[in-house]
Amino acid sequence: MEHVDEAITFKHVSKVYASGERPAVDDVSLTVPAGAFVVLLGPSGSGKTTLLKMVNRLFEPTSGSICIGDTDIRDMEVTTLRRRIGYVIQQIGLFPHMTVERNIAVVPQLLGWDRRRIAARIDELLDLVDLPREYRTRHPSQLSGGQQQRVGLARALAADPMLLLMDEPFGAADAITRASLQDQMLELQRRVRKTVLFVTHDVDEALILADRIAVLRDGRLVQYDEPCVLLTEPADDFVRELVNADDRIRQLSLLRVEAVMRPLDAVAPPAASPRLAAGEDVRQALSILLRPDASAITVMDGDRPVGVVTLDSIRLAACEDGAQ
Amino acid sequence: MTYIITNWPQVSRLLGQHVSVTIAALALALIIALPLGWLLDRYRRLQAPILGALGLLYTVPSIALMIMLIPFFGLGQRSVLVALVLYSQVILVRNVLVGLGTIDPTVLEVARGIGMSPLQVAWRVQLPLALPVILAGLRVAAVAVIAIAAVGARFGAGGLGVLMFEGIAQAGRYDKIVAGGALVALLALAANGGLRLAERAVRRTDINVVLPV
Repeated sequence: MEHVDEAITFKHVSKVYASGERPAVDDVSLTVPAGAFVVLLGPSGSGKTTLLKMVNRLFEPTSGSICIGDTDIRDMEVTTLRRRIGYVIQQIGLFPHMTVERNIAVVPQLLGWDRRRIAARIDELLDLVDLPREYRTRHPSQLSGGQQQRVGLARALAADPMLLLMDEPFGAADAITRASLQDQMLELQRRVRKTVLFVTHDVDEALILADRIAVLRDGRLVQYDEPCVLLTEPADDFVRELVNADDRIRQLSLLRVEAVMRPLDAVAPPAASPRLAAGEDVRQALSILLRPDASAITVMDGDRPVGVVTLDSIRLAACEDGAQ
Repeated sequence: MTYIITNWPQVSRLLGQHVSVTIAALALALIIALPLGWLLDRYRRLQAPILGALGLLYTVPSIALMIMLIPFFGLGQRSVLVALVLYSQVILVRNVLVGLGTIDPTVLEVARGIGMSPLQVAWRVQLPLALPVILAGLRVAAVAVIAIAAVGARFGAGGLGVLMFEGIAQAGRYDKIVAGGALVALLALAANGGLRLAERAVRRTDINVVLPV
């Protein structure tokens, strides 16, 4: 599979709808680095969905340009562009007349994959999104909402796209399903790293999932930073209130350990210390560090130590650039 | 009944004619109505004028319409066929539109969003999802076409209408009139039942398995 530079660059992108008097998106410039999980966060009407849908050209910008790698997306055939981008929406939009396997197979079929390759890919994807393979021949109406969204995710990932656009994908799920889908999303991103652009109005969801968060308000980009920077240095009162920056204890349970750890290449691993998985939240790290015998925690990615967390690193919540 | 049995060779020939004119008319009508309905769904502004014109056409009595077509298509099967196709357009185009309208717009957005061309969306998503409603329209159109085709015998299109018109011309041949009428009615019932079964079948099946992609 070809591996191009998968960064998305928005340059002075604006969108004015024929009906609206003020722009839905107003001069937004930002770069989604290759392999990053970027969340577009904002209240409804902030322009986040419009911004997202301009990437796969369901909407065209009124002015400005969007590039994927070095290529302006307007220079690509629109169907070619879209087939390289996974697309997941809140309403899921599974094809009701097709079985699970045929839903997943749609894009590979459009790309002309042969039967055997598609069949193998379907098995792989069902495993990846944690659905039993027997579900292949079921229809969407026979699945629960959470299962349908897993199929939606599998369909989006089917042709191994370089980008994933997700528009409030877990917005319709109940709290428990939503949490499990979020966990799975993190796990998935760890395994098959994609450049992800994810829209939500749910601050907790943004803090849990994002490598970087772009806060939008009235079509303008207010702040674009890593989650812990957003919490510790909100750009203005709007962001401060949005992320509830004053509630530090709550924030700790939203931040992942890996977001505050110092990577191992910067510090030596402590000799004998408690261990914690990289995906755990900082609140757990804190409760371990509050024990008298623990001054540092070794952060593990599977069996591999990747970083160190101390009380100081939590206090600083210093996010090294490019750590994600 | 006796008439049908004793004259079976002639009756069966007329029945065959009736069936083939009906099938030809419906096939042609579908070939026109599917793309036309799809276009009207895409370009809503065209709906009012075209549906209006088709509706107007539907109010013209069948004999009058056939007579009007004779200068253009000649006296014979062709004029009758054109009349039948025109009549079925109203029913079919409307049902194609209704069928397309019942599709969840988010499904269509996703279809576009993942990279289907407009024709691929039409063939792989819209047609299969609208098919039950389209078949319902085809069923209504089939019954109408079978009935109106009987009138076509007056203009040399053959079919079961021939029996009825002969029965009227040869005073007192009620057996012919009844035989023709009964067969037309049976044919309409059969078409109605058959298409209803087809409708039920497509509601249950994944039609994309059947359609070549």
